[in-house]
Amino acid sequence: VCFHRVRSCSSIRFIKSKYVCVFDKSALKFSHQQRLFRTSAVSCGQIVQFKLSDIGEGITEVTVKEWYIKEGDSVSQFDSICEVQSDKASVTITSRYDGVIRKLHYSIDDIAFVGKPLVDIEIDASKGVAPEEDVVETPPMSHEEHTHQEIKGHKTLATPAVRRLAMENNIKLSEVVGTGKDNRILKEDILNYLAKQTGAILPPSPKAEIVPPPRKTETVPAAPKDKAHKIPIPVSRPIAFSGKDKTEPVTGFQKAMVKTMSAALKIPHFGYCDEIDLTQLVQLREELKPLAELRGVKLSFMPFFIKAASLGLLQYPILNASLDENCQNVTYKASHNIGVAMDTEQGLIVPNVKNVQVCSVFDIAVELNRLQSLGSAGQLGTSDLTGGTFTLSNIGTIGGTYAKPVILPPEVAIGALGKIQVLPRFNGKGEVFKAQIMNVSWSADHRIIDGATMARFSNLWKSYLENPASMLLDLK
Amino acid sequence: MVLQSLKNCLWLSCVLRTPKACFWSTTSGGLIIQSVSNDVYQNLAVEDWIHDHMDFEKQQVLFLWRNSPAVVIGRHQNPWQECNLRLLRQKNIKLARRRSGGGTVYHDLGNINLTFFTTRKKYERMENLKLIVKALKALRPQLDVHVTDRYDILLDRQYKVSGTAAKLGRTSAYHHCTLLCNADKFVLSSVLKSPYKGLRSNATPSVPASVKNLFEEDPSLTTEMLLDAIAKEYAMQRQMDHHINLINPADETLFPGISNKTKELQTWEWVYGKTPKFSISTCLNMAYKDSVLDVRVNMDVKHGRIEVCNIDLPEQWLPPGLYSELVKSLTGSKFCPNETTALVTTLLRVCPQDDELHSRWSLLCENMIMLM
Repeated sequence: VCFHRVRSCSSIRFIKSKYVCVFDKSALKFSHQQRLFRTSAVSCGQIVQFKLSDIGEGITEVTVKEWYIKEGDSVSQFDSICEVQSDKASVTITSRYDGVIRKLHYSIDDIAFVGKPLVDIEIDASKGVAPEEDVVETPPMSHEEHTHQEIKGHKTLATPAVRRLAMENNIKLSEVVGTGKDNRILKEDILNYLAKQTGAILPPSPKAEIVPPPRKTETVPAAPKDKAHKIPIPVSRPIAFSGKDKTEPVTGFQKAMVKTMSAALKIPHFGYCDEIDLTQLVQLREELKPLAELRGVKLSFMPFFIKAASLGLLQYPILNASLDENCQNVTYKASHNIGVAMDTEQGLIVPNVKNVQVCSVFDIAVELNRLQSLGSAGQLGTSDLTGGTFTLSNIGTIGGTYAKPVILPPEVAIGALGKIQVLPRFNGKGEVFKAQIMNVSWSADHRIIDGATMARFSNLWKSYLENPASMLLDLK
Repeated sequence: MVLQSLKNCLWLSCVLRTPKACFWSTTSGGLIIQSVSNDVYQNLAVEDWIHDHMDFEKQQVLFLWRNSPAVVIGRHQNPWQECNLRLLRQKNIKLARRRSGGGTVYHDLGNINLTFFTTRKKYERMENLKLIVKALKALRPQLDVHVTDRYDILLDRQYKVSGTAAKLGRTSAYHHCTLLCNADKFVLSSVLKSPYKGLRSNATPSVPASVKNLFEEDPSLTTEMLLDAIAKEYAMQRQMDHHINLINPADETLFPGISNKTKELQTWEWVYGKTPKFSISTCLNMAYKDSVLDVRVNMDVKHGRIEVCNIDLPEQWLPPGLYSELVKSLTGSKFCPNETTALVTTLLRVCPQDDELHSRWSLLCENMIMLM
């Protein structure tokens, strides 16, 4: 039937192909082995109704739960078509044919009946109707390559028809780049591969190409074949790249970043950077770490940085302020709610430690621990993420020295801390000593903050950290 | 060490679906394996792997596994409808979606899981369940256990001790079931009770049942004894040695591609995103100053993301610009408290710094987040 239909379609040209199969003829219902090349987009394929096969246990009806394909999609044999459910059993229905889906007989949550049509598939004209049972092909040459290839545990997916084509042309499936779903090798991929070999169909790429190693010619089987292609030794070959661009909508954490940073753009930023000698602080933390651990708290450098910042803000409160929308009023915030930039799986979030001005270094450490564990579990609450007045970003834990941080509105300043490096420095006596150096990069809103203020704040913060004992004088 | 893993590779590779399928020298019709892992995702992944890669024509497989506390929902279920997600998050109980159908179950180390792998043709759940009952009765003849026609196993004619689910593929199938030995019933009943109101969906609902542990009937029973008894019965019916082979589901050399499967099972897209389309229609009762506001909320959620969102606020309660920003932000976002929190707190940054406004905003958002 298929054959007759095809004959009457004048849009398809018959090419008596070289690829006459010498295979087990019972594999195809029709004795004609002609391979047809479609020259137009419209194909005169046969529409086959793919019926829902027996589920077992005497089940006659199931509920359609999910479609994996839609009308117009191409499918290959064994591709998943849909998921149906019956009485606690979930069944994956796979396609028996290669072709194009023309009609879905059910919508989601409809009841489907065993033995009734599930989808209509337009069969690829050249292939004919596949037999009822799965066919185990016995290739004439026992090429291990052309069955389920396992390359370091990776299966090469290709339909039996594609495998046949590859085998006839002595092409190793492992050499072909698949452009189908799950890197499946399609007929087009084999044809493209062939074309590149002979240089016949595709012109060589004008771009500069990487000369491939001569490995390629060695892998072509030396066994003489009737249909031997003269494979010229390639001088340059375009590297096959089947990656596709992927577009997805901006949602979630990214959306939040877009909003914040777009608003930050309105703020005229200026930067101020400096270098801090943390040698004494490093030593102090080493001494205090075990004490904190006894109390069940992990002590990092951040609590010191945060407390020193708060002490600095007491002297320079304009850095803990907010400018209203019309730039008419500046509000000096009483609480020092210092935000700490946190990198989580989902993206950047900035929870803040409330009222640092009345917290001890240990209190801050406790709160940081709490925020960090909630942050990594994705369970921070709205109160943890709102009300911030000043922010510190410890990018140095990942790396980097100097940065250009972006101010988070409605705040007016932010500091980015680089990594601590051991560097040689000169002391007061002119001797070289090993110093623990960290760089800080401040950004501030130049509408209400001037460079001098930022510099003086930074110097004060720096002095507290370089000489931690001085913090004792001003601790409240 | 190397020899052992090589041996494992050999027997496993021989039962893999290759055209020239050979089978290991044992003439047994079955293989019994047990997972050394208690991670629900790893175990579900290896179950999946075995279903995809092994050939059961010559040899059927029985897989034994236990998980640390987790709630496992069926393929087409709605986690909001089935369990108390807030409680799960608080107690750090994992949530997993399996690939088989059926209802929601709670797993912990006092519960054992059994998976019977066969070819599609030999798929037969009743036989498997009868095997389990036979094994239990052989172990403790006085146990009153029987299989119902809903594929449950009941103790004393009223308490459910086992639930069943199945997955059928093209050429192979598996039937798995639970068996309550000594699970924490208190946690079980509290996590399997959903607090979310106003949900309307076509997702497969679970049928609640009274459960009991076999341990309560006979305190001398342990999970090891049950596993052993069932393995013995399985082996006897296939005239094979009842040796249990231990497998590590994290072993990439034994199960190539397993770490990808394990990762996929943990993605938000699989666990929450596979929820069939559902809608929420509920009323928020917000106590504000001296009054209580009734706010109607309607949302449509598809693939776990908010498709449509309507919040019926009193006029001018929030500046209209801010309200539309909120709706715009929520639309397309995950129906997830973490993501919603990040979004709504960000929006606060770019609106007027007014305490009254902030407190109204926080109140509304906290209530919205409670729905998730």
